[in-house]
Parts: sequence; C-alpha cells; structure tokens
Amino acid sequence: MAMLEFIPQLGRRTLQSIPGLGAASRFLLTSLLSVFNRHFSFQQLFRQIYGFGVRSLILMVVAAFFTGMVLGFQGYYALVRFGATSALGTLVALSLLRELGPVLTALLFAGRAGSALTAEISSMKATEQLSAMEMMAVNPLAWVVAPRLWAGIISVPILCAIFDLVGIFGGYLISVPVLGVDGGTFWAQMQSNVTFSGDILTGLFKALCFGVVVTWIAAWKGYTARPTAEGVGNATTLSVVTASLTVLGLDFILTALLFS
Amino acid sequence: MAAEALVELENVCFARGSHPVLAGVDMRIPRGAIVALMGASGGGKTTMLNLMAGTLRPQSGQIRIAGQNLQKFSGDAMYALRRQMGMLFQHSALFTDLTAFENVAFPLRRHFRLPENVLRKLVMMKLEAVGLRGAAGLFPAELSGGMGRRIALARAVIMDPMLIFYDEPFTGLDPISVGIIASLIKRLNTALGATSVLVSHDVEETFSIADYGFILAGGKIIAEGTPAELRNSDSALARQFLGGQPDGPVPFHYPARQDYAAALRDSHAAGEVI
Amino acid sequence: METRAIDWWVGIFVLLGIAALVVLALRVGNLSGFAYDSGYVLHADFTNVGSLKTRSPVKIGGVTVGEVTHIGMNPKTYMANVTMRIEPSIKLPIDTGASIYTQGLLGEQYIAIQPGGMPQNLKPGATITMTQGAVNIDQMIGQMVFSKAAGSSKSSGSQ
Repeated sequence: MAMLEFIPQLGRRTLQSIPGLGAASRFLLTSLLSVFNRHFSFQQLFRQIYGFGVRSLILMVVAAFFTGMVLGFQGYYALVRFGATSALGTLVALSLLRELGPVLTALLFAGRAGSALTAEISSMKATEQLSAMEMMAVNPLAWVVAPRLWAGIISVPILCAIFDLVGIFGGYLISVPVLGVDGGTFWAQMQSNVTFSGDILTGLFKALCFGVVVTWIAAWKGYTARPTAEGVGNATTLSVVTASLTVLGLDFILTALLFS
Repeated sequence: MAAEALVELENVCFARGSHPVLAGVDMRIPRGAIVALMGASGGGKTTMLNLMAGTLRPQSGQIRIAGQNLQKFSGDAMYALRRQMGMLFQHSALFTDLTAFENVAFPLRRHFRLPENVLRKLVMMKLEAVGLRGAAGLFPAELSGGMGRRIALARAVIMDPMLIFYDEPFTGLDPISVGIIASLIKRLNTALGATSVLVSHDVEETFSIADYGFILAGGKIIAEGTPAELRNSDSALARQFLGGQPDGPVPFHYPARQDYAAALRDSHAAGEVI
Repeated sequence: METRAIDWWVGIFVLLGIAALVVLALRVGNLSGFAYDSGYVLHADFTNVGSLKTRSPVKIGGVTVGEVTHIGMNPKTYMANVTMRIEPSIKLPIDTGASIYTQGLLGEQYIAIQPGGMPQNLKPGATITMTQGAVNIDQMIGQMVFSKAAGSSKSSGSQ
C-alpha cells in the first residue's frame, strides 16, 4: 500500500521539478549571456575572481598537498606487494588528474565559495538590494549574478590545474625521498602513461563542468531563497549539499562518457 | 482632481497563485501631487507599487504612465522608463558593501560616464539636501535607521525622477526621524517637480503631507479623497482604519471553524483542552 | 581592496594556472615528445605486440633512444606493424634486431633494440626484419603447467 502511494508521489515530485529546472536553465543562460549587457562590468568580474579564486588558493594547495601524500603512501603499500612500485608515479598522477583533482577542487569550492555566493545573493534579496537595483534600472543578473557565475567558471579549472600539480608534487615527496622509490622511474612511468589530451585536458574539462554546476546551483539557490533570515540560512546549506551531490553524480556520468 | 493624470490604473487585477490580491482597482494619480495609498497590512499596497514600477505585471486591466500602456513595454523599454522613477524601500535596501556616497552615486555611475568632479558635486548636492553630507564616507552598517533611510532617499532621487515611490517610509523610525522624512518627502516633491506615491499606514504623518489619499481593502479602493474628505468619509471601513478601532468591518478575529463559546462547550463535553 | 591590487592578484592567479598547465603538460604528460620530433622513422613487424602502446619507449641497453609513434596491422602478413621514432644521432646497422620486453613482472612493455655489426646503416623509413614479439605470460604459464603435468604423469607411470 505504501509502495502504491510512493510511486505516484515520486511521479508528481518529478513533474513538479521540471518547471523549476527550466527556470533555472533560463536563469543560467540569461546570466551568462549578459556579458553583452551594458551593465556587465569586468571590474566586478575581476573582483569576484579574486574572491573565489585567489582567496581559495591556500586552501586548495594545502588540500592537494595532503591528498597527494596520502595517495603516495597508500599506492606504495598496495603496489609493493606485487613488486610494482615502479607504477607509483602513474597511479598518483592518473588518480589526481582524472578524478581527485577535479572532484575535490569542486567540492572544496562548493564549501568555500559556493556557500558564500548563495549567502551573499540571498541576503541581497532579503534586504531588497536586488529589487532596488531593478528600480534603478540596473539589471541584477548582469551586475550581480553574471560576474559571479563567470568568476566561478574561470576559477575552478585554474584551481584544478594547481591542485593537480601540487598533489603530484606531494605524491613525489612521499614516494621518492621518503619511501625510496626511484625518482627516474617515478617520472618516466608517469610520463609514458599520462597523455595530455586524454588525461590532463579531460580532467580540466571535468573541472570546468563542475565549475559551471557549482556556481549555477549556488547562484540559483541564492536568487530563489525566501527573503528571510531563515531562508538565507536554508539556502546556504542546501546550496552546498545540492552542489556536492550534483558534482559526484555528474562525475560518474562524465567519467563514463570521457574515459570509456 | 482637475490636473492631468500621470499614473492611471484601470480595472487592475492581480493574484498570487489562487489568492487574489487586487480585484479591479481604478485609480488616477495627478501630476505633481503627493498621493497616499493606505490600507491594512497584507492588503496589496506594496503589490500596487510594484505594478506601477513594472516589476510585476497585472493579470488583467491597464496601467498607464504618462499616457503609455505599461503592458506594451519590453524589458529594455521598461528599464529606460525606470530611470525616470525612484523608489524608497521599506528597509532602505542600501548596498552594504558600498559607502553612503557610493550608494547615492550608484545609479549615476551605472548609467552615465561623468567626470569624477561632476559626479561628486551631484552626489554631495543630494546628500546636503537630506542633511547627511557629513556621513558620505560611512558604510550602511555605521548608520542609524533614520540616517540609512535618508541616504536611501538621496539615492532614490539622484536621477531627478518624475515619479517617486515610497514603501512604508515611516515604519520603524523614531518620531524625530519620522518628522524629518515627512518634511523631506514634501520638500523633494516640490523641488523636483515630481509626483510621489506613498504607501503607509501611519495615518497622521501621511495626512500631514499628502494631497490626496486612497484606502485599499479587500483588493479594491473603498474610499478616496483629500485627507479632510477621507476623515469625514461615510464608509465604516475607512472610519475604522483612520480611527484605529480594533473591531469593525475588518474583524478582530481571524475566522475560526467554530464559535469560541460553542467550541468550549464541545471540548468540556469531550474532556479536553483547546 | 583597491582595484589595482585586485587586478594584480587576478593576473598572478591566471598566470599560475597557465604555468601549472604547462608544467603538467611537459613534466607529467610529456606532451613534448620533443626529444624525438627530429628523429627518424623505423618500422618493425612483430607477431605479437602484447600491451605495447603509442609512446612506449624504445631502448638500447636500457637507455631510451626513441618512442613508438604508431601501431598498425599489416593486412598481407597479419603481423603487427610498429612505427617508431629514433634519435637522429643513433645510427643502427641493417642487421639490427628488435624485441618487446616487459619491465619487471607487471611493468610496462618497451622495445629493446639489439644493434648488429654490419657496416651499412638502416635508412629512415626502413623496416627491422629480425624481431621477437612480446612474451605471452598466459601462454607461458599454460605451457609450464602442461609440461609439469605431463612430466609428473610420466614419472608416476614409470613407478
């Protein structure tokens, strides 16, 4: 009986979410295209890249360094049993370039910048700042939302490239000086198994997709938040949760599409 | 009401979902006047401001500003028209990351490329008009509620609009600030040759500056006229609102399923507490 | 923060990203292949290339002197046709042999070149004829188990 009620409910929920998705897509496209609007400002864009990208750098570098070191350790103990430690460089590099780099960058970005973005836009809405802009004949999508979306989309791949590099360096530091893997083999194996377009660029393409998704969700949740203190709080939490889950789900789809 | 009308509403209906907010409103706002729009909270006053500003569109009926039908305006034309409008929001809506000066300068910077010294003069002129030239460098968080609203007022009139909307300009202010805002509204309206629409439920302050008033209830205009005419209105609803009586045509009790006495009797019989 | 300072930081940030990408490309992805771009091409036909792939190293005495650029199939002989690029300074005699070996038990496969002793050298585009394909570990284990089983049955039969 409960099952019978559950099925139509699921259907109804799904149907209800379709117009929401449509509205969110229109929001994304209108905002992205408003770079051509006269109220779009590159100064604002730079300000946001500074806020999202530059100020996330230290977080990313620290996280990448530890991730790389852990990969080095775990990889070593898994491979040493088969006498295959020569493949450690490949293992560290491929794990980071294909999966851990893009996914961890996106998750950290959702927590660090995505939440701040949702909180900022939703509190601007709650205090009528967006309506005030509208009344002053300034399009809030062009002035507020577009620079933030573009800043996220530009920042995430850059952060991901830095994450990959620092992570591989962390893996090297553990593997070669600490665990005694031969340095030449570490790099040579990595170089002969990593391809530029297949692994490095594909990983960065993933990061780009995640950048779009995370900032899109964050901005949309902020823009549609209920204009109360509670609404701002809810939207911020929901933004991080939704963005993180979407990144993981999308990662599965992209991996299946790009690496098969 | 002989003067030419700047804003005209004709049988305007608006609903949020299935809940009707406005059910056929007719209204004429003469050029140059200060018009008050009054009514109980949640009665659709702010909705009417939004309709006149074009941020909401009515389901049916017509809104004309200076003879032009708002429904025919596309997004861009609407933005162009809004440059001639100003709005003072209930919570001031100042940009928290900008100083008072930059808040007032915001519309100018976005719409014109003015030399910095010209811009400075224009902004300082408006700040002087609201008496806060000295607070130009302060951030909104450092301003009191009344000062914030005066800065927001300076920002609303920086483009010398022909039509100024005030959404609850007196709410949450101390008596001195209320007096200051009221006299500023009057002075700015005269100085700019503008038309002002004032949404408020503060009867005394509103009547002290308004030339004409409308009372909105149940989605319709139930009374209109000069403040003196409204005070002598024969509408029971208008009298209840203006006199601030707790009970009358607008009932004190929110409709309940059952009469309280009957409910008490029933619950006694059932032995429970309601 | 002042606009100029922000512009500086954003500029540095973007440069860092580009630098990271370049280092990844050259150091990790070995995009360059730069050492062998100027090299000359040789072909070799193998019965079995195993898991050899494009960019696998070509070595002489353990020193990398080139890389595999293409692996194809010769439709007439049904042999795997491997194209490789060799450093121009390495001249190989015409009786040179090529084998596919594995680094360690599970390591990657590479082409080992055994230079011959003839005075004439292979010209660019020539084919190495003396080849030995990859050793198929499955097959080898199969043979070992089979011969062991055959041996033990023989010995048990004699008793």
